[in-house]
Amino acid sequence: MTVKATITTQFQQVAREQDRMLAPLSEELQLVQSGLDSLSFAIIVARLEDSLGVDPFNATETVEFPVTFGDFVRLYERFAK
Amino acid sequence: MPSESLWESINAAGTPPGRLYGTRRTIALAELAHATSLCGRLEELRDRSVVLLTKDQLSAALALIELDGVARRMVLCPPDLPPEHLPAVVRDAEADAALADEAAATAGAGVLPRFEVRPDLTRSGISRHRSRGTDWVLLTSGTTGAPKLVLHTLESLMSALSGSARAPADALVWSTFYDIRRYGGLQVFLRGVHAGSLVLSDPAEPVSDFLARAAAAGVTHISGTPSHWRRALMSGAAAAIAPRYVRLSGEIADQPILDSLRAAYPAAAVAHAFASTEAGVAFEVRDGRAGFPAALVGAPGAVELRVADETLQIRSPGTAQRYLGEGAGPLRAADGFVDTGDRLEEQAGRYYFMGRRGGVINVGGLKVHPEEVEAVINAHPWVQMSLVRSRRNAITGAIVTADVVIAAASAARGTPPAPEVLRRELTDRCRRALAPHKVPAMIRIVPTLEVSASGKLVRPIA
Repeated sequence: MTVKATITTQFQQVAREQDRMLAPLSEELQLVQSGLDSLSFAIIVARLEDSLGVDPFNATETVEFPVTFGDFVRLYERFAK
Repeated sequence: MPSESLWESINAAGTPPGRLYGTRRTIALAELAHATSLCGRLEELRDRSVVLLTKDQLSAALALIELDGVARRMVLCPPDLPPEHLPAVVRDAEADAALADEAAATAGAGVLPRFEVRPDLTRSGISRHRSRGTDWVLLTSGTTGAPKLVLHTLESLMSALSGSARAPADALVWSTFYDIRRYGGLQVFLRGVHAGSLVLSDPAEPVSDFLARAAAAGVTHISGTPSHWRRALMSGAAAAIAPRYVRLSGEIADQPILDSLRAAYPAAAVAHAFASTEAGVAFEVRDGRAGFPAALVGAPGAVELRVADETLQIRSPGTAQRYLGEGAGPLRAADGFVDTGDRLEEQAGRYYFMGRRGGVINVGGLKVHPEEVEAVINAHPWVQMSLVRSRRNAITGAIVTADVVIAAASAARGTPPAPEVLRRELTDRCRRALAPHKVPAMIRIVPTLEVSASGKLVRPIA
């Protein structure tokens, strides 16, 4: 599964678990408009760390916080190499 | 000075009928009237401050009976005391003698004059005359660093024993999963030697063997932590014993473990008690429900409870005197209350323990008590035990995760659900019962969880 597919699956699964209405996951979708709250993002980040082996937000280098879904995916793609 | 020594107290109602059951040897208490475990050197220990370094619990039990009223001080070192902490213990207790058994051959070597305790008693013309009150020093099992030395007397330790506990109508057989050198185990030791007999445990002994020994001795009263009891229920050997009284202490007794014990021992009174090494025994709850009646707080009596800053505080004759050692800090407040550090929450006229202060997980500014989540998870019929912990998280600071041990398959119960199914069921339960930030984001199925030598679930330091 590609990084993007893994992330998409997690977004959908956590949204379902947290009873959140997830907006369609387009490149330009702003994360604040995605329908997920910070707890949902916290869970997504933790699960992605388990499945992809990386947590860009806990990395030693400072990362720019992603604004759009596309940014989010690219951030993980960069670290998951 | 107390009015009588432990030996005199045991003999108050006549020659003691009971026995001390060790793993390899059984000793009738009455034998101690004319025999000794101290190799004829009891008088040399008079007025000394003695560090007890025995491996074996039976040796420790004999030493406690023989030395109370004789030694100036007894320091009850549990067998798992890391050797590097011994010099500080010796210093703070102003110890000038070490008492060890064969199994602890090298313990304390070179530090202090060494004496030996042997469960094969030697006959002697000893006079058990008591010349003083003896300090009983217990070590607290801290999560980090050196243990603290807590100073008790026989009176403070015995204050929770009612008249009938000291002299019951019929002889009882007590047992405990605890080591008797810890507060919870020491309470059982004192009850056992007064009420009849005592079956001692051994950390190297499988729980099924221990239960078989307890059964053979006719155990009537038995105590342990909820973790001890979960392990006993897991062993498949719990049915070996048929006690009249089952006691839990040392950890939060949640409803599932109380219900499991009620089902396993329908004829027994299942009681859970709150006690701490510093504060002593606070209360015992016998109604089979988790938590305790709110009316206990502020009620008049020898043991007084109050809740300050959501935390239980206790003042009682069972409270320890002080910590030993320089810079140890006060054990109790100026008004005599001991802060237990255990947090409480009141719901519908009952207080529930919410875990230790400082054990709280902070999820984006919202608090989660691990024990509260564990109680929901443990209510699942296939969960044996669980540990809820914090996982660092860049978004909310922390999230909640859970490690879960599944009960073993058995003929009576069938096979447990698949891990995926169980995980989903547990998540659903947590969602129904808890706020979203308290629901574990991950649930791992693990084969075991670590239980410390003191019988408590090992919690990572928050």
